[in-house]
Amino acid sequence: MEAAGAFDLLWLADANLFAIVRLSLGITLAATFFAALLGMPLGAFAALVRFRGREALIVVLNAFMGLPPVVVGLCVFLLLSRSGPLGQLGLLFTPTAMVVAQTVLISPIVAALARQVIEDLWAEYCDEFNAMRVGPVARVAALLWDARFSLVTILLAGFGRAAAEVGAVIIVGGNIEGFTRVMTTTIALETSKGNLTLAVSLGVVLIALIMTINALAWSIRRWSEKHAG
Amino acid sequence: MRDDVASIGVMRDRPSDLPIRFEAVDYRAASFAILSGVTFDIGPGAPTLLLGPNGSGKTTLLKLGMELLTPSGGRLTFAGRQASAGSGTAIVLQKPAMMRRSVAANISFALAAARRPAYPNVVAHLLDQVGLAGFEHRPARRLSGGEQQRLALARALARDPEVLFLDEPTASLDPAGTKGVEDIIVRIAHAGVKIVMATHDLGQARRLGGDVVFLVAGRVIEQAPAPDFFASPSTDEARRFLAGDLVI
Repeated sequence: MEAAGAFDLLWLADANLFAIVRLSLGITLAATFFAALLGMPLGAFAALVRFRGREALIVVLNAFMGLPPVVVGLCVFLLLSRSGPLGQLGLLFTPTAMVVAQTVLISPIVAALARQVIEDLWAEYCDEFNAMRVGPVARVAALLWDARFSLVTILLAGFGRAAAEVGAVIIVGGNIEGFTRVMTTTIALETSKGNLTLAVSLGVVLIALIMTINALAWSIRRWSEKHAG
Repeated sequence: MRDDVASIGVMRDRPSDLPIRFEAVDYRAASFAILSGVTFDIGPGAPTLLLGPNGSGKTTLLKLGMELLTPSGGRLTFAGRQASAGSGTAIVLQKPAMMRRSVAANISFALAAARRPAYPNVVAHLLDQVGLAGFEHRPARRLSGGEQQRLALARALARDPEVLFLDEPTASLDPAGTKGVEDIIVRIAHAGVKIVMATHDLGQARRLGGDVVFLVAGRVIEQAPAPDFFASPSTDEARRFLAGDLVI
């Protein structure tokens, strides 16, 4: 019964449902973008530069890949709450706060995986680049370009993790209807209320989204193997 | 090669790096001596073959000549200078890494690294030199072993080198692949590029050798013109090596 109603909502392009989906995608895309801005250079830095504390940074990045979302939500909440250091910005319970939380959550994933990919590629290219006298800027640019398919896959993994996350965004977003209510928080709320129709329809969208991301990642991998070797 | 490249207007003037002189050169990794008191010259002319068993220090010598390593002791000079003239040397490693790009993009990258314009006609010319014309758009990593070695040669030639170091470039190739690479090496040498090649393949040393530098356990045991070395080696180690005995 709920399943039929859920597919009706999807089939009839329910405005409320699609507003939630749009907001979810917007927040997650923004978080993925900022995580790429932070995580990729950090990963490249950790991969290519030898400095005191590098090993510790790598351990921390790897450990933070498994950050509990509720803990991230709590930290961002404390940071943005009225009495917190960034309370004056008035960002708590806004989509911006949710972007911040998701960025914090997936940046370590992007950084840690990018570090591994770039370091592996560097181990392969190191002697050739030294022999060709490739300068430091050109080295980094070449490594990022040649690792582009793997890096895009990493971003898709980060996007998937952020899209499916509920703990952090419900704490910092507040799950306000029409403002900060996203797919995962709506599913949690509507399920607790017994309104399974909307919850199931959003679940279908979420699963379709995750499947699409994985299909995209797989396609990129296949394409890169065929065309870039 | 140098004339060919000059004909398309991309050759640069620079001082010669020859002779490359090793004077009592030592190289140690941690406390382990890889090379000890190595003294010999690399002058212009026919290919110089570094011959010796595995672990004799051939690759280390090539990397020192390429300035990828710094001697632990002794003196290494390039036409009397402490350093080479920049892009005058190039190397093909034993297992060259293929960049995750097309064949043409690999060449373009090498040209850019050598601060030379990567015009399509220059790329095409370099690929033609190594028998890879028509391979421009293929992914480099999907080439066969022999084709990858030839692409590595083209990348090295992109530096327009005066001296080309080759580290066992045919070690993993079948006879046909070996012949293809050797033919290219002969053509490059005839075009005036000094070839310095490490090998433990006696047949190859006979086919290509101008001078032979015979190494065992990080020491130069014998240096002689190839015909003299093969006809009448002057040391017991060389005689045993040529006889097929295990020399360690």
